[in-house]
Amino acid sequence: MYRYDDFDEAFVRNRVAQFRDQVERRLSGALTEEEFRPLRLMNGLYLQLHAYMLRVAIPYGTLDSRKMRQLALIAERWDKGYGHFTTRQNIQFNWPRLTDVPAILDALADVEMHAIQTSGNTIRNVTADHFAGAAADEIADPRPVAELLRQWSTDHPEFQFLPRKFKIAITGSPNDRAVTRAHDIGLRMVTQDGQPGFEVVVGGGLGRTPMIGKVLRDFLPQADLLPYVEAILATYNLLGRRDNKYKARIKITVHETGLEEFRDMVEAEFPARRALFAGGDQELLAQIEAAFAPPAFRNAPVDAYETARAADPVFRAWADTNLAAHRHPDYAIATISLKAHGETPGDATAEQMRIMADLAARYGHDELRISHEQNVILPHVHKSDLPAVHAALKAVGLATANLGLVSDIIACPGMDYCALATARSIPVAQKIAQRFDELKLEHDIGPLKLKISGCINACGHHHVGHIGILGLDRAGVENYQVTLGGDGTETAAVGERAGPGFAYDEIVPAIERLLRAYLEQRESREETFLEAYRRLGPAPFKAALYPEEGRRDAA
Amino acid sequence: MSRRFTPKVVTANALIEGDVIYLTADDRWSKQHHEAELIEDEAHAEIRLLFAQAQPDRVVGPYLAEARPGAHGPEPVHFREAFRTRGPSNYAHGKQEAEAH
Ligand code: HEM
Ligand code: SF4
Repeated sequence: MYRYDDFDEAFVRNRVAQFRDQVERRLSGALTEEEFRPLRLMNGLYLQLHAYMLRVAIPYGTLDSRKMRQLALIAERWDKGYGHFTTRQNIQFNWPRLTDVPAILDALADVEMHAIQTSGNTIRNVTADHFAGAAADEIADPRPVAELLRQWSTDHPEFQFLPRKFKIAITGSPNDRAVTRAHDIGLRMVTQDGQPGFEVVVGGGLGRTPMIGKVLRDFLPQADLLPYVEAILATYNLLGRRDNKYKARIKITVHETGLEEFRDMVEAEFPARRALFAGGDQELLAQIEAAFAPPAFRNAPVDAYETARAADPVFRAWADTNLAAHRHPDYAIATISLKAHGETPGDATAEQMRIMADLAARYGHDELRISHEQNVILPHVHKSDLPAVHAALKAVGLATANLGLVSDIIACPGMDYCALATARSIPVAQKIAQRFDELKLEHDIGPLKLKISGCINACGHHHVGHIGILGLDRAGVENYQVTLGGDGTETAAVGERAGPGFAYDEIVPAIERLLRAYLEQRESREETFLEAYRRLGPAPFKAALYPEEGRRDAA
Repeated sequence: MSRRFTPKVVTANALIEGDVIYLTADDRWSKQHHEAELIEDEAHAEIRLLFAQAQPDRVVGPYLAEARPGAHGPEPVHFREAFRTRGPSNYAHGKQEAEAH
């Protein structure tokens, strides 16, 4: 695993020392809240509805067992024994006391982790495909590039006060699992004439004005990455609106400027930027790449796997649902669902974190990943070890076989935690998962992305859910709007609003009607919900959501 | 004609724990909504808010939240304020924890 160098270590420790001092000055009254707020946000500390929340970056979603164990320790010692994994490959602790936060940051620094640039108008945690370095369909591991971007962007003096937050995602696979098209910059690794490079997508984003990113360059040679990204950021830094927070993201800049003109400006800036890079970045990249060399895969028979599959239907169901193809034929990528029916999506207890750490150390070449879908991944498991992994997961409630199904829901914290929320999202997710579990319908329904946000900011990615749910406050009552047909992959699309929203106790039955309509309308089991929606359009689904209206129209 | 003033309580988050707190009539900060001072007069509300804002070493972000009289003291009006009196709905954490003890 990549290790930070002494420079990083000193930088992070320094930041912790500064923050400890800032907390003391806040407590003594030397700093007002107005003065302190930007300082705490720079260190990932938010004040939510009921408590502070500390957001910790998990760069490109990669952890080892040592880091995971430290997260468990923090959860136990300073929080309420659990942590919440988020759609941006972060972990959030929901209950730290202000006075404990410097100690938590020190504990993070002990394992080379931190909360820097998890907030503020800076370049945020760079996210990557959670199957990076393991997926069978991958062209190249995107994490070295993500790490290069992380080093380049951390504390970059030119980009600490951007018009707004800035999010970069990268995938090394043609199957986009990193939602690159909904990011400020999305990078897709591609090759041209045998040369590695990137397709550069710009101006995607969710929030109140969702937009799918547009291709700025269809092929950027690998060596030009940093200067080109710098040129994009410099152009945005200059053009981006600072008068209106809702129009400050690069998606609006690109939209208002026009893609062609924006591209011309970036290209005009690019040569000067490139001249400043003397190749040091490429040397660094080569060093980083060496640190990301694949583990020494084991050659061993896989009979144990086949035997367990044949003998144990519970194991077979889990294997069929939660495993993905690995680049090594004897290995599998195992996704651990943090979506047990009725539990909070993305939450893991300290005990569960320790079990996952143990399994990674024992069976997984000491690697763990966090997905934007709020699950944990063991990216490299030899197939013969899968029965043992499954048994250990089952013992701590982590063996739910629901990956990619209706109960594998992304839900933002919503009004149970978030100060910006207009409605709750977690209990809606819990109730939908429980309902479809009761009905025993989710395997029949098949692949489905259901995503819930508790306000228009769209942290729960509802715009790109096949079914999206947006919680709103309508005249002092929680109200849930449904969007249909969204897609976060390489065929990205923003979902369309189906119609008027539903009350809190109406939303679960509405989703049930919607999915029953799909089951009736699909051509075969092979036709997924999204495919059926694309074939049929919204009409039959709207009819299922709003049966009253159909009756009224017919009358 | 002046609009009728809807009753309010002063609420904030505690500086160290972040927990939701309410200003009482005897100038304490309570974790219980029903112990809050129910303010029925606009001018008095302003004074009480200023009083809260003058305590940055104890509270963060004080504001006036709508409330109404209830059997045991003031009750929240909006659902957001109702959630703030309890804590999250997915775990018995926050104030619900204290109640369970
Ligand atoms: C203290 C809690 C949070 C606050 C204050 C917050 C704030 C915001 C705001 C204001 C936006 C809209 C940005 C814009 O449209 O310009 C946003 C978007 C977003 N946030 Fe959060 N958020 C919080 C929690 C989370 C969590 C828990 C996650 C991950 C589960 C998350 C992930 C995202 C994502 C994916 C987006 C949409 C992508 C985009 O930036 O366009 N946020 N957030
Ligand atoms: S979508 Fe809204 S409610 Fe949900 S976490 Fe983001 S800001 Fe909070």
